[in-house]
Amino acid sequence: MKIGAPKEIFEGEARVAMTPDSALQLQKLGYSCLIETGAGEKAGFSDSAYQKAGVEVVHSAAALWQAADIVVKVREPSETEADNLRKGQTLISFFWPAQNEALLQRCKDRGANVLAMDMVPRISRAQKMDALSSMANIAGYRAVIEAGNNFGRFFTGQVTAAGKVPPAKVLIVGAGVAGLAAIGTATSLGAIVHAFDVRPEVAEQIESMGAEFVYLDFQDSQDGAETGGYAKPSSPEFRAKQLEKFRELAPEMDIVITTALIPGQPAPKLWTEDMVAAMKPGSVVVDLAAERGGNCDLTVPHKKIVTANGVTIVGYTDFPSRMATQSSTLYSNNIRHMMTDLTPGKDGKVVHNMEDDVIRGATVTYQGDITFPPPPPKVKAIAAAPKKEKPKELTPEEKRAKEIAAFRKQTLTQVGLLAGGGALLLAVGLVAPASFMQHFIVFVLAVFVGFQVIWNVSHSLHTPLMAITNAISSIIILGALMQIGSGSYLVILLSILAIFMASINIFGGFLVTRRMLAMFQKS
Amino acid sequence: MDFGFTTAAYVVAAVLFILALGGLSGQESAKRAIWYGIVGMALAVVSTLVGPGQGLWVLSLILIAGGAVIGYQLATRVQMTQMPELVAIMHSLVGLAAVFVGFNADIELTRVLAMTDEARAALANGFAAIVAKKTPVEINILRVELVLGIWIGAVTFTGSVVAYGKLAGKVNTAAKKLPGGHLLNATAAILSVVTAVWYFQGGGFLALFLMTLLALFIGYHLIMGIGGADMPVVVSMLNSYSGWAAAAIGFSLGNDLLIVVGALVGSSGAILSYIMCRAMNRHFVSVILGGFGGTGGPAAAVEGEMIAIDAEGVAAALDDADSVIIVPGYGMAVAQAQNAVSVLTEHLRKQGKTVRFAIHPVAGRLPGHMNVLLAEAKVPYDIVLEMDEINEDFPSTDVAIVIGSNDIVNPAAQDDPNSPIAGMPVLEVWKAKQVFVSKRGQGTGYSGIENPLFYKENTRMFYGDAKDSLEKLLSHLR
Repeated sequence: MKIGAPKEIFEGEARVAMTPDSALQLQKLGYSCLIETGAGEKAGFSDSAYQKAGVEVVHSAAALWQAADIVVKVREPSETEADNLRKGQTLISFFWPAQNEALLQRCKDRGANVLAMDMVPRISRAQKMDALSSMANIAGYRAVIEAGNNFGRFFTGQVTAAGKVPPAKVLIVGAGVAGLAAIGTATSLGAIVHAFDVRPEVAEQIESMGAEFVYLDFQDSQDGAETGGYAKPSSPEFRAKQLEKFRELAPEMDIVITTALIPGQPAPKLWTEDMVAAMKPGSVVVDLAAERGGNCDLTVPHKKIVTANGVTIVGYTDFPSRMATQSSTLYSNNIRHMMTDLTPGKDGKVVHNMEDDVIRGATVTYQGDITFPPPPPKVKAIAAAPKKEKPKELTPEEKRAKEIAAFRKQTLTQVGLLAGGGALLLAVGLVAPASFMQHFIVFVLAVFVGFQVIWNVSHSLHTPLMAITNAISSIIILGALMQIGSGSYLVILLSILAIFMASINIFGGFLVTRRMLAMFQKS
Repeated sequence: MDFGFTTAAYVVAAVLFILALGGLSGQESAKRAIWYGIVGMALAVVSTLVGPGQGLWVLSLILIAGGAVIGYQLATRVQMTQMPELVAIMHSLVGLAAVFVGFNADIELTRVLAMTDEARAALANGFAAIVAKKTPVEINILRVELVLGIWIGAVTFTGSVVAYGKLAGKVNTAAKKLPGGHLLNATAAILSVVTAVWYFQGGGFLALFLMTLLALFIGYHLIMGIGGADMPVVVSMLNSYSGWAAAAIGFSLGNDLLIVVGALVGSSGAILSYIMCRAMNRHFVSVILGGFGGTGGPAAAVEGEMIAIDAEGVAAALDDADSVIIVPGYGMAVAQAQNAVSVLTEHLRKQGKTVRFAIHPVAGRLPGHMNVLLAEAKVPYDIVLEMDEINEDFPSTDVAIVIGSNDIVNPAAQDDPNSPIAGMPVLEVWKAKQVFVSKRGQGTGYSGIENPLFYKENTRMFYGDAKDSLEKLLSHLR
């Protein structure tokens, strides 16, 4: 089958859904690849690079839509593009089916199978095709770079001959993939980074990236985590507390990067006008949620503005597209992984397995039916943390009682063993002759000593222990030595053999033990 | 035969042996302890030669010298990775020697019983003299002891030979049983009791010999039925048996030193087997009867996929890490990778990183196997820690490297009650920030159990022969 990537027609979109590298991988799956001429140009991939990778360059979009069995794209199709779809054709792209119902209807009517990259469920197995995460990662990085570009000072603190430079203070709101990427970038540039999220369990992730988690002083701190690892709307009281904290932080912060989104809802307003007003001149706010209305009151989507008090507010919505080479590489890899899952036979044939959680989740139209929204996946992304029950604190009395009970039990078993062993010895003594008992007592004592001594042997010396016990078990040689002088030749022969074998063991065992022990050395 | 001197020497030797074992409680005192053992053994042999040993002592000395040459060759030539095989084959020698000494005792017994009273009285020393003085009851007890000694010795002999074959890779390591399984073992055991009774009733040497053959079969079949992963238990069990055989022979010969040493070795092996079994959360009986027992239900299926990584990726992660824990297993021994591991350790430690080793009690094919290998490669023993000492530290560790171990790091033991190894204490490597698993391929380990660790999100599989992989890794680190 043929996979084709048309040129993105959305204005300003520089990404492309297939790179020469990903095309090579797709060909390994048995597909042949097509690309519209100039599709990769803005992302830095020339037609000749595609040709070198064995991709057929097609001269018009119409021809490409006609020839390809599977069309891969970045942005959701425009109406005209959707009309190019035909029955049985597969489209893979971002789609936002919840926001684009008319488009969804249109695709359904054309009879095409559409897989929405933004609908890939967030489960571990699907991480490699999670384009939202890979794009968010780039957006987070780019947000810091854009902020730095508009910020007139260093990120890192320095003491130079020309004077002291304080480090920049950065606040990241929302520690999803983008937020964490932003934290990583900002800390590695040397800034002091604070980060906030409504999900308290991400505090650890934030701290692991080198930022400080902004704790809210909130009674029974609510858990803002929805299953699937996304945030859910917070209660009005919580929100009030949160804004109060932000107001407190606003005058100190040089750079604020907001990334807060709640699935299926407009972006929550977290950075209000008065906070912007409280910020120092020259500060920068980067609003990664601008496309969904923005986290900041003053954000103008797609634009960068400067407020009256000199705060720059960046409302770009095309951060990934601004790093088209990187984002195309990652996105095309996401697509390639999706194709791998769709091609279990690696034979260039799509098997659209609607039983598969990932494929089912991503599919929004299938064989003339709308299959959105998908049923909840069988596997939850991040299992809801089970309520932990604290082990009951024992009162001192209970502890004491427990100890006494344990001690009693121990005494009882020991006394029991002693009594049993004693009785057994007595029973043997009643029937066995005295000469036997003499040896028997030696034996019992030796076993007892053996148990006492061996328990103290350190674990790491178990192999030497085996070697040395092996060596001394050749004490059997004594038996043979006592018999060798017998009158019978058979006895002499067997004794000779026994002495010979036992002496091999004595020398071999001791030498090898010595060799081993000599190797153990302190650092 | 009242040799005051010999008895005194035996007491000293026994004390020396106890000190030798007790000294193994620490690495430094162990170096002294080994000399106690050597001196004790020399004292025992010399005093026996001078005392109750009977003539032919020139021949005895020549034999001992011959044995010494071979023993020396064995001990100096053996590779540390072959330790398990060596120990196993040496156990078989003790077992066989016990069988021979037992036979001798029976022959002597028959000979002495056939003598006239005058001839008996004329026996000056040696084993025959002791036998001559025995009452009929004592002679019967002697026979019981003989039978026990020979039986245990014979089981030890074939068992050790099979164990040697399995450890050396000369025999298929999988658990194998002849048709009939345990029934065959049980029949052989019952038959050997029957032949033993026959012997007590005057069956003579033939009965004894038949019983020995049965015991040889039991030893062979019992160990054949035990899989490779249980070898640490088997080897220490055989170690224990060789001790009990010596003790039983000691009873029949009336030699206290044999009894004492036999009992020491026997209990030592028993304790080691117990420790190994506890580390695997299995009962001794189920290990000895072989194979993994029945499970309560199907093991949980594993979600996700194994993600591979190359040497460069591992090197980068190691560069960033501050604390590293290495978990070696049998795979390291097989690939002879201990030296590469040591070089890696040295390199990382030079960069100021904390490097430690976590040793599971049943890692390898012999109790303490990994410690010996690492010691051979000059890894300082104070950074080699036991499971209980280090398990709590994994959450604060940046990188855990698993080299050729599988079941001992299997989280299913904790999570999945249906897993065959459920409840076995394991090293919690998955709690480290990142885990690298050096492994030859995607297959399961010895026990054939799927390992969910390999599918965890923070796990990366570093495929290839352990030694090659580590050398590649080292070239990237430099």
